[in-house]
Amino acid sequence: MSRAPAIEAFDVSRTYELDGVSVPALRGVSLTVAAGDYVALTGPSGSGKSTLMHLLGGLDRPSGGRLVIGGREVGTLSAPELARLRNETIGFVFQAFHLLPRTSAVDNVALPLVYRGVGARQRRERAAAMLGRVGLGHRLHHRPNQLSGGEQQRVAIARALVTDPTVLLADEPTGNLDSTTGAAVLELLERLNVESGVALVMVTHDAEVAARARRRVAMRDGVVVTDSATDGGGGA
Amino acid sequence: MRLAEAWRVAWDALRANRMRSALTMLGVVIGVASVVLLVAIGTGTKQRVEQQVEGLGSNLLLVVPGRLDVGSAPALSPLTLQDVDAVGRVVGDPNRVAVTVASGATVRAGNREDFTTVQGVLETTPTVFARELARGRYLTRSDVDTGRRVAVLGDSVARSLFPDREAVGQQINVAGVRFRVIGVFVPLGQSLGVDRDDEVHVPVTAAQRLYGTQRVDAIAVKAPDRERIDELGERIVAELNGRHPGTEFSAVTQEQILGVLGDILGILTGVLAAIAGISLLVGGVGVSNIMLVSVRERTREIGLRKAVGARPRDIGVQFLLEAVLLTSVGGLTGMALGVGGALLVAAVSPIPAAVTWWSLALAFGVSAAVGIVFGVVPAQRAGRLDPVVALRTE
Repeated sequence: MSRAPAIEAFDVSRTYELDGVSVPALRGVSLTVAAGDYVALTGPSGSGKSTLMHLLGGLDRPSGGRLVIGGREVGTLSAPELARLRNETIGFVFQAFHLLPRTSAVDNVALPLVYRGVGARQRRERAAAMLGRVGLGHRLHHRPNQLSGGEQQRVAIARALVTDPTVLLADEPTGNLDSTTGAAVLELLERLNVESGVALVMVTHDAEVAARARRRVAMRDGVVVTDSATDGGGGA
Repeated sequence: MRLAEAWRVAWDALRANRMRSALTMLGVVIGVASVVLLVAIGTGTKQRVEQQVEGLGSNLLLVVPGRLDVGSAPALSPLTLQDVDAVGRVVGDPNRVAVTVASGATVRAGNREDFTTVQGVLETTPTVFARELARGRYLTRSDVDTGRRVAVLGDSVARSLFPDREAVGQQINVAGVRFRVIGVFVPLGQSLGVDRDDEVHVPVTAAQRLYGTQRVDAIAVKAPDRERIDELGERIVAELNGRHPGTEFSAVTQEQILGVLGDILGILTGVLAAIAGISLLVGGVGVSNIMLVSVRERTREIGLRKAVGARPRDIGVQFLLEAVLLTSVGGLTGMALGVGGALLVAAVSPIPAAVTWWSLALAFGVSAAVGIVFGVVPAQRAGRLDPVVALRTE
């Protein structure tokens, strides 16, 4: 692929201050997410994969090293600039869906467009079209509590993709779903990865799920221990 | 995020928690309603008092011993009817001079009795004070000269003593002396809770004999010329000072009385508004409290909004608008209740109430401002939330 990498991390570290004690969560991670990539991020809890996920999504800033998202140096961005970067380049899918209660599916999906300043009418059109793509064209005006878990996660996926991001970050997207529903959601994510070329980075515990990714990154104690891309001789 | 959008989000959030929003507003509603109502009562009272003082007659000058100041004790009058004649000469027209010597007395008619103010007056009183009779006639010069025992009753006294009979022509007994009723006044109504129709007028000469005194309490002058009313007052005071060395006299105009009363009622209105303002403040603290609870409750929502691109400012504005919306809707409701309450008070009670536009504008402005002031802290807290922490919150 000739396109510029979606995300590049060079020796990125992240340290939390807890009651005056420095707790290192990441100890120097270098990783490149190419456009259209499909990466599974694995590791035991406490390995730093969630921290890395937050950094890759621009929700947090590194304590050390360089992090470049969509060609922009995260360390130099102000909070509003970072918010805009997230809005334009990143889509998030969470284990717990994080849909707004008492808000229809279409309005949930349209939410990122609100912060992009898109008018109400156009927002709804784009959100409805996106819901159609995830197979929920008949559920536009249902509220989250009227939808099944799988449907809720599909609404969340539509919300993540409505802004046309370059990277989709999914944190245990099937963790709250039964295996059948989970498999369907996974297939949807993979289909969207292929169809729209959005890079898919997925945190998962599930070895079977991880095995489906084109690239597997395993973490332990705040460092990357294996990266199938570099192991295979590709990558950075 | 556009502002119109932010208003809608804030409105939806409040509607999602109708009960809590309503209860939070209640504090502001009560605060604003009491400000509007109490200021209306204060203003209405002031207006009525001003009307009544002006209604005493125009170009009035009251001459009393001592100083007419708030808080000064009334002095015992050294004035006599000779002084009244002297004042008449200064004014140039004795018909423009009225006097009073007043005392509380029990008045009887048959087996009925009434404790009232019996005023000794001159026949000039209706001219000077613009009083009108409902029935019968007023005192004459000859009634005063001869100390004739005749009386003109205020409306309340007439009703109390003669509930089912015409008072004119009847006999009454004032402190053991018999008087004949010759007239009844047109009712004046109440003023500051005082019944102004609870009085009996008798010739000053008869009153002096009744009370065993030569004094008169006060002299009232209807000045012929409004422009020179102050100068006339000074000349009267100078004349009286010459006749009674060592005693101070004051001549006060209606404007001065209005000024003193206006000051008192203005302070009263201010105090009432301030007390009501405290409840508005308490309402604001309630708003702040609920907004903090709301921020905590919706931490995940805030985290999600930030994740999809909300700037700290977008979140802050959203919560600030919620607070402002709470207090302004509360403020509007409070205004409606306050105006309604004022109209009700004015309609069913003797307390006057006049709603003023400035009090409405002030109450609404203050309630919106309360929303901003008490919404800022929760809004800032929401805006500054770390999205990572916020998303992790259960």
